[in-house]
Amino acid sequence: MSSDRTKKTKPADHPGTLIAESIKALGSGFATTAKHLLRRPVTEQYPEQKRVLPERSRARIVLTRDPDGRERCVACYLCSAVCPVSCISMQSTGGEGGRRVAAWFRINFSRCIYCGLCEEACPTSAIQLTPDFENCRQDILEMVFEKDDLLVDHGGRDDRYCFYRHAGIATDTAGKGEHVNEQPPVDAKSNLP
Amino acid sequence: MSVYAILFYAIAVFILASTAIAVTRRHLVHAAVFLALSFFGSAMLFYLLGAPLLAMLEVIVYVGAIMVLFLFVIMMVEVKGKDSGVLTRGQQAAAALLGIVYVAAAVMLVRAAAAGGNAALQAAVAEPAVFGEYLFRQHWLSIEIASFLLLIALMGVLHLGRDIRRRQTGKENAS
Amino acid sequence: MLAWITGLIVLLVKLVVVLVALLLTAAYLVWAERKLLARLQVRLGPNRAGKFGLLQPIADMIKLLTKEDLVPESADRVIFLLAPAVVSVTALLMFAVVPFGTDITLFGRRVPLIISDINVALLLVFAFSSLGVYGVALGGWASNSKFALIGGIRGAAQMISYELPLGLSLVPVVMLARSFSLVDIVNAQNSYPFILVQPLAFAIFVISAMAESKRIPFDLPEAENELGAGFHTEYSGMRFGLFFLGEYVHMQVLGALVAVFFLGGWRGPWLPGPLWLFVKIIAVALVMIWIRGTLPRLRYDQLMAICWKVLVPAALINIILTGFVMLI
Repeated sequence: MSSDRTKKTKPADHPGTLIAESIKALGSGFATTAKHLLRRPVTEQYPEQKRVLPERSRARIVLTRDPDGRERCVACYLCSAVCPVSCISMQSTGGEGGRRVAAWFRINFSRCIYCGLCEEACPTSAIQLTPDFENCRQDILEMVFEKDDLLVDHGGRDDRYCFYRHAGIATDTAGKGEHVNEQPPVDAKSNLP
Repeated sequence: MSVYAILFYAIAVFILASTAIAVTRRHLVHAAVFLALSFFGSAMLFYLLGAPLLAMLEVIVYVGAIMVLFLFVIMMVEVKGKDSGVLTRGQQAAAALLGIVYVAAAVMLVRAAAAGGNAALQAAVAEPAVFGEYLFRQHWLSIEIASFLLLIALMGVLHLGRDIRRRQTGKENAS
Repeated sequence: MLAWITGLIVLLVKLVVVLVALLLTAAYLVWAERKLLARLQVRLGPNRAGKFGLLQPIADMIKLLTKEDLVPESADRVIFLLAPAVVSVTALLMFAVVPFGTDITLFGRRVPLIISDINVALLLVFAFSSLGVYGVALGGWASNSKFALIGGIRGAAQMISYELPLGLSLVPVVMLARSFSLVDIVNAQNSYPFILVQPLAFAIFVISAMAESKRIPFDLPEAENELGAGFHTEYSGMRFGLFFLGEYVHMQVLGALVAVFFLGGWRGPWLPGPLWLFVKIIAVALVMIWIRGTLPRLRYDQLMAICWKVLVPAALINIILTGFVMLI
């Protein structure tokens, strides 16, 4: 063991130079830390100085709204299914104008690990993670957020996107053939050969 | 009874009690700790009798070095205390014999000291410098022999350690 | 009888003053260490409790005192409870033989500024420093935890190994002063401090004393990234506080011993004796903090190699050289 260690490092030519080199190395180390003593500390005083977090940093989860101010969530259960800690639960139901909505929607933030998989899974950009990380509570039951706590009044990142303008279902937003990039429905009676 | 006498008997009782506990404990670590306490007690006794040098040496050598090494080994190998039959009959007989010899020597020493006062402590109560001079002028030969013995033991240990390592590496090369 | 009682009162007053000074300095040494270490790492350090975080030690103390005192279920209860006391008491007792000034006259009585001037003071320091090993080894063993046991074993091995160069490095000092008493050693440095004639002994002493106090770069017994907290992993509350206190008192004792053996003790121009000793202790402590902020931890084989292959032979050679020079 000791033999291959001596092979790797080149043999010291002289004990004097070895001592001189080690003293030089020690000295440069101490000089570096001494220089650091004179530098301005980089610490940010957190509650007083809050740095602006990057837009895509992952913290509190919100449910966003359409450009016309209606709930985006279609209660497809994809976020609930992909959640690795099973902290999302909901109940799907039919809403006004042919839409699907969640009867109730619940995120248990005491279990959430802020992995962002729900956001990736969401087909309607409804569920989004925001940079707001300051939501601890004294009581653990207050960490369970209901739909009312989760809903926000804006569209979040894809604020011009409206799922029902693209989806092929007739709702009060867009009827048959009125969706973006959709041709009008073919009249079966005029389509005869 | 003076304060010193009271202290003397209190420390004596402390030494006897901790030694008794040390030899009767099954748990090795507890036994070692009580033995260290007993050594510490004898150091206090030496100090009380006016031999601070001996007291300090007792603590440094016996408590600080020997018992710590014992403790170290016990902690490393973690021996479970045996329930019975720690000593064989022959060992018990030898221990009893040595005990009798030790008690006889102690009685003779006390009887000899009773005539001329504290004869056994005469060299011990000296100043460190005087003690050292006495040791190195009068008994230099025995000290040199003892240190030579220790040196041989040290080299023996070094040799044993070396040998095992070489044998192991030899095996690795062969396989 | 009256003289006896006044003597006792003077002794008690000295004990109280030294104890309070030691504990207060230990508390603020913690603050100084955290603050200086933070600045060495371009951080701010504690600054919330009071101005510049000056009330931090008090806050820490309240926290440690009010925390639950946990004893692991399978721990060896009595030894577990007593081990922290061994560490801090031995560290405090070592200060009993450190002189911190000349004799002063108080109400017509001469009062020596030392708690106990015994003629084997240097050996007493070693005796208590070797007793400190018990606190570490037994504390680690009694916790009945693998981390603590490894920490305790490492601590015991390191401390008994480094006691040897520690003792050998001081032999030339004793030879020059011709006494074991710390008062005589300080008096022998009347004209010049021993660091000028014994730089090698000084280096060996400082290195092995730092190893003895288990600080970075010799903190293998409590290497936090491999052993949790080493020998005091299982301790909480004030029992952990006692280990902590022991470490910082040990730092001061170390500073005092470096001052007494090599820097002339309480001797110095202009300032009174106790203040000079305090300045020297703080200077040594600050250098130790600087070292902590600079050097990485040693590997275990390096630790043992430095002790047995470098420091011990160097100390032995130093003794022989000193004896040779003294004979000529």
